[in-house]
Amino acid sequence: MATRADSGHPVQTPALDAHALRRDFPALQQEVHGHPLVYLDNAATTQKPVAVLDAVQRYYREDNANVHRGIHELSRRATEAYEGARAKVARWIGAADPSEVVWTRGTTDGINLLAAAWGLDHVKEGDEILLSVLEHHSNLVPWHLLARRTGARIRYIEIDDQGEWILDDLPELLNERTRIVSLSHVSNSLGSINPVEQVVPEIRARTDALIVLDGAQGAPLLPVDVHGLGVDFYAFSGHKMCGPTGIGALWGRRDRLEAMEPYQGGGEMISLVERDASTWAEVPHKFEAGTPNMAGAVGMGAAVDYLESVGRDAILAWEQALVRYALDRLSDLPGITIYGPRAVERRSGVVSFTLEAAHPHDISTIVDMHGVAIRAGHHCAQLVMQRYGTAATARASFYIYNTREDVDRLVSSLHEVLKIFG
Amino acid sequence: MQEPQLNSLYQQLILEHYRNPRNKGEMDDSQVEVHMRNPSCGDEIKLQLRVEHGRIADVRFTGQGCSISQAAVSMMTQLLKGKPVDDVGSMADRFTEMMHGDEEAAKDRRMGDLRALAGVSRFPVRVKCALLGFDALQEALRKLGDSSTEN
Ligand SMILES: Cc1ncc(COP(=O)(O)O)c(C=O)c1O
Repeated sequence: MATRADSGHPVQTPALDAHALRRDFPALQQEVHGHPLVYLDNAATTQKPVAVLDAVQRYYREDNANVHRGIHELSRRATEAYEGARAKVARWIGAADPSEVVWTRGTTDGINLLAAAWGLDHVKEGDEILLSVLEHHSNLVPWHLLARRTGARIRYIEIDDQGEWILDDLPELLNERTRIVSLSHVSNSLGSINPVEQVVPEIRARTDALIVLDGAQGAPLLPVDVHGLGVDFYAFSGHKMCGPTGIGALWGRRDRLEAMEPYQGGGEMISLVERDASTWAEVPHKFEAGTPNMAGAVGMGAAVDYLESVGRDAILAWEQALVRYALDRLSDLPGITIYGPRAVERRSGVVSFTLEAAHPHDISTIVDMHGVAIRAGHHCAQLVMQRYGTAATARASFYIYNTREDVDRLVSSLHEVLKIFG
Repeated sequence: MQEPQLNSLYQQLILEHYRNPRNKGEMDDSQVEVHMRNPSCGDEIKLQLRVEHGRIADVRFTGQGCSISQAAVSMMTQLLKGKPVDDVGSMADRFTEMMHGDEEAAKDRRMGDLRALAGVSRFPVRVKCALLGFDALQEALRKLGDSSTEN
């Protein structure tokens, strides 16, 4: 039984035990090119714990049936697992009502849903869509497509040298033509935790725009409270938080969801179909045409259970502890440039850097040969790369199972890079 | 299969071309110019050519990217000067064979310094870096062909 400290002091959050967690992840128990794997590409996708793999298997082995369609026992169980997972995912982002959570294929799918289902009905020529230069391509291109179809204009919040939004211009960027503001909660390329708590009320005060947060990097890391944030939509992906690929969620405020037309048509999303027309099912099913990714949903629910057992407050604290250590060790390397906020409190577990001596691809190939997996490239954030006048960076990104020893291995393999290119 | 070795990838000759690229710069009197990007990684080059009497009279490039892409372009331009345009296709094919692990191609003396890149074939994700230059070259010759048939 857990005992609370009765001395009146706040209960100390136990730091997570990364060495123990690591054992839950089969993919981490391998050698790559003759070295034990150090997986530092978590911003791209995280590894999956046994609990998630088992939940997906169990679903297929024992419960598999089409949801919401059958009267029979398996269909009942499948539906229960599927809707139970929706409730877990809702709880993870602080949503009071699971029916405000729409299953998607991931963040990209959620944003495209909004651009099509809300955007095409509400955005007209001359309207404005406000984004930021930090955005991932999946929070840029759907809006570019919408702008092209409607004649809307895209505007941007710029970033400073440390990858933080320049908010002085915000009043000028917002006006009565602003229809949509879509921003990332946390940047995938630089790791900036964006000040959405400050910005969202300002947007609300100045416009009645739809406010969307790209939570692909925020949901895996931060204790999210969608109601407290005051946004209209929050999109995120299962695979970046220990869940399966091909599943994600879009949370939306009920009145917004109800006012919106469906995205795709098909089975599951209708109430009544007649010869010329049909009427829609209730939210959220209205947005879930066709047989959904049931096993994926169950797996994402299991991922939430797993992360809750890790302790959500511990996740951010651990990643920032690793980043603090990594920044400290990396800054000794000759010719290194580290991008992103200087203050560790404003960073996620992402460290983006370049070396004067070697290109990011060469860095990535060489560290890979030492068993260290990092990402090299533009990280689907070409506007960020352009802002800093570079085509690519190397990026190490941590998650709950990474350790200080992993950082040490990264640093020692970077010394091998310098030996070759020095 | 034996582990690929880093020292077979990063040969001294490659690093030398990376640090001191040949034919890097711009020319004023080019007949054709091609911009080529590798969208997945951001490597890019601009290649300029001048052809006289069916031979490549001059070639220059500018660009940025990894050691493999930039060294490969540098080595390629070194080989091109004075070559009959008609030979370029078979050179490109030979290099592609080398990138797919053909050991005969890797020994072909006509390939000059490019032979140092043979080790790239053991690093499949890097092959597209090495091919960027030849992709640009073939696009340039296609453009040149189009404009000469139009005129
Ligand atoms: C910030 C951010 N937004 C959006 C996405 C897109 O997510 P997905 O590819 O899972 O749809 C990603 C990751 O790829 C991301 O890091």
